[in-house]
Amino acid sequence: MEIKNVPCPFCGSLCDDIIVNVENNEIKSVKNGCGISITKFMKHHVNAVKSPMLKKEGNLVDVSIDEAIDKAAEILKNANYPLIFGLSTTECEAQSKALELAELIGATIDQLPSVCHGPSIMALQSVGQTTATLGEIKNRADMVIFWGCNPIEAHPRFFNRYSGAAKGMWSDRSKRYIVTIDMRETSTAKKSDKFIKISHGKDYELISIIRAAIKGQGIPDNVEEITGVKKEDLENLTNRMKNAKYGVVFYGMGLTQSFGKELNTDNAISLVKDLNEWTKFSIIPMLGHYNVAGAVHVWGWQSGYPFSINFALQYPRYNPGEFSATQMLVRKECDAALIVATDPVAHFPNEAARHLAGIPVITIDPKFSLTALISEVVIPCATAGIEAEGTAYRMDGIPLRLKKVVNSEFPPDREILERIIERLKEKMKEQ
Amino acid sequence: MMIIKGGKVYDPINKIDGEIIDIYIENGKVVEEPMNERNNNEDIIIDAKGMIVMPGGVDIHAHIAGPKVTKARVMCPDDHRKDVVRKTKITRSGTGYTIPTTFVTGYRYAKLGYTFVAEAASPPIATRHTHEELNDIPLIDKTAYIVMGSNHFVLDNIKNNNFDGLKNYVGFLLNATKGYAIKIVNPGGVENWKWGKNVNSLDDPVINYGVTPREILQNLAKVRRELNLPHAIHVHCNNLGSPGNFKTTLETIDALKGEPIHITHIQFNSYAGDGWASFASAASEISNKINSCDNVTVDVGQVIFGPATTMTADGPWQHTVYKLSHQNKWANVDAEMETGAGIVPYVFKENNAVNAIQWAIGLEILLLIKDPFKVCLTTDHPNAGPFYYYPNVVEYLMSKKKRDEMLNKINAKAKEKTTLVDLDREYTLQEIATITRAATAKIMGLKNKGHLGIGADADIAIYKFDENNIANSFSSAKYVIKDGKIVVKDGEIVRNHIGRTYYVKVKGEANDEIKEAFANYYSVSFENYAVQDVYVPKKEIIECYKE
Repeated sequence: MEIKNVPCPFCGSLCDDIIVNVENNEIKSVKNGCGISITKFMKHHVNAVKSPMLKKEGNLVDVSIDEAIDKAAEILKNANYPLIFGLSTTECEAQSKALELAELIGATIDQLPSVCHGPSIMALQSVGQTTATLGEIKNRADMVIFWGCNPIEAHPRFFNRYSGAAKGMWSDRSKRYIVTIDMRETSTAKKSDKFIKISHGKDYELISIIRAAIKGQGIPDNVEEITGVKKEDLENLTNRMKNAKYGVVFYGMGLTQSFGKELNTDNAISLVKDLNEWTKFSIIPMLGHYNVAGAVHVWGWQSGYPFSINFALQYPRYNPGEFSATQMLVRKECDAALIVATDPVAHFPNEAARHLAGIPVITIDPKFSLTALISEVVIPCATAGIEAEGTAYRMDGIPLRLKKVVNSEFPPDREILERIIERLKEKMKEQ
Repeated sequence: MMIIKGGKVYDPINKIDGEIIDIYIENGKVVEEPMNERNNNEDIIIDAKGMIVMPGGVDIHAHIAGPKVTKARVMCPDDHRKDVVRKTKITRSGTGYTIPTTFVTGYRYAKLGYTFVAEAASPPIATRHTHEELNDIPLIDKTAYIVMGSNHFVLDNIKNNNFDGLKNYVGFLLNATKGYAIKIVNPGGVENWKWGKNVNSLDDPVINYGVTPREILQNLAKVRRELNLPHAIHVHCNNLGSPGNFKTTLETIDALKGEPIHITHIQFNSYAGDGWASFASAASEISNKINSCDNVTVDVGQVIFGPATTMTADGPWQHTVYKLSHQNKWANVDAEMETGAGIVPYVFKENNAVNAIQWAIGLEILLLIKDPFKVCLTTDHPNAGPFYYYPNVVEYLMSKKKRDEMLNKINAKAKEKTTLVDLDREYTLQEIATITRAATAKIMGLKNKGHLGIGADADIAIYKFDENNIANSFSSAKYVIKDGKIVVKDGEIVRNHIGRTYYVKVKGEANDEIKEAFANYYSVSFENYAVQDVYVPKKEIIECYKE
């Protein structure tokens, strides 16, 4: 059976034209997807958790899902300062349930921007953002700038489908001037009309100089010394920016996680705002995981805040840093953790992972992870977008319905979280 | 059965004006008085003696759900911190202030006695998001208007003189998005803004299409009639916010040649003067026009002093507000093929001449339009201020003394550049009931809302009215009944309830041209575009045609 128009639950591009061939509840082939997408679908069952598990005498042993949920509820009930983390690669309905759970137990809840595009959101909160949906870029953009991002490798279909080479209503590759600004010549740079090599950590300086130049200030003669960029390249760049009909800046973690962080993104957004005095310009953060934007939206409409949210006072509070998962773990503040659809032990700094290993952890994930290994409770789930339906938001905020192409013996994340909430409420009544 | 006993009932549609009448409710509907005397212990009796009883409030225009609302929420943590809402045994937690979270939005509307709210502008491609949020707004019924005034297919069909194609597309779009009405925002201007431009008159052409705002309005009004939609075209006029724009507003009305039109937040389109220095009220000109024609209804968009968050599909205007506001926070979103949006936090200041005049203009319009069935109370929430300030506006309308107190307190230009000081009219309770529920429901074509006749939805607000404390009387209802259940008692939420989402079913479906344009120019597949049924778990479908 051929299932068409399947959104790919991998990266923030959320390409929705994937064709999945299924026979006997097994994915046989995948068309239209990039290499990552094909692997995601074809190998979704590899390294899967086969049964709910509890740690008993130091070993993870198979148990019933009811027992695992009961234990999870018990751990969360007894915790004084629990952390809920992850959720950027699951469906919105699970993100919603996770927030409800956080509210119920007064937990801190956080998701991946805390370690990737958080600075983009913090910049939005200080200066705003002029942006567009990806179809608008395809249809209109005659100038595309990739700054500190490498979509050819990180979002493989992005360049052809939405941006660089995409053919739209009023623009296509031939009408489009593409610039890559990066500290090394990436594969995206090789596909661009111009590569501008910037010195490491000099983004803020370069953006400031461009902003000044656009407003008519001269470009300093020692600009190459400061930023590594030739003066004539900058003159050419600023001219082209002001004369573009519709320009766009795509940026990645080269900007958000290098020296300056949210100040870089703040400055980049301000540059694009300035450009709107002359022409039309947009800026779009290249969100990595496919549903980071979903949690930003769902938690945004339910609590007012996108990540790093704390419910200890029975209402939502927001403070990146104070309520960021990594920092809370490094400071050894939380005494239990619920990890959904991510693997912090593999990705977090050592000190954070070490604290996690010393507290009771519940992991909900279809696959085995390092975090699962250190957990008290491991609950397998149906993989969102492959084994479970749900909603996901593309990096530009477009919501799509994820499809279920094969069945799983396990419930989706939202259902597991709902059952934990129910069990917790029962336990709270028993007290 | 539930019986509301002994209350003074205000039901303008059924011409009941403060009579003491008992209301009988069964299965979520208002029913006839039973033939036999009731002596059933299971009956719920609400003693409304000394109280006033009105149909549940119906808000015809507010921004409560969808991409721009949540973008604003995420963009403005500073807005929420001063207004936090704790969870209770029954209710969820959340935050305000100008852009309350979804749960808080439902609770606050219900406490005011409102039971139906229309989201005023949903971009089609993101309307799945709007529905997701509507489902998270508890207690009230809701619906969404679909933005169409700069949509590619609308512009293209008008350009090609293909009226049938246009009609079919609008039908397709309303069905696909599960929307309720045709929303037109700055017709043509939103498309031009995608090239950094705007339109400044009804006859300025749209770039690449050559069609004009006048043609967009006329064609969509005709489509609206032929599709038999319950609500008129819902229009945010060109040149909104600019001095001298009342002429554009009058031209817009004339351009419609008698076709029904609802002009929204008309306060923002009733300005005289040729610059900010000579900014003045044109409320008289606008009100005279509305008094003289039968095809025009309006809602006011009353300014509330204090913080607001402006959000609209009118991107070019938001760029202007950004420059005017000096706040340095501005969001703009261009939505492919369809529309756009802009967000700017703003503060309406009592001592600012323009803001003071804007405040007075809203009240002038409410007082100068003679027939209360033609004008609705809104604050264009959260553009001119949060919706939960409606009771304060009601107080200004019912008490000349109260509004003169305010008028004397604010920038003196408000007296000089408007006629508010000369207006002696004071609204009656019946008129208040009209502009907050009866007129709004009637204008939206909601047959079972806005009145308490037999068969009406049992959505009812009961207030303890104190004429010396009007705002407080309406800010916290004594009882609110939704679908026959008590959801608010003594101003507190006492029950969880999820209302329905209203949408129309009309004639129109995707043809090859539409599908081809999707394949070439959209970034999502046509097959993934339409909002699936799972996003409207509780629904009320208004059938606009029969097979």
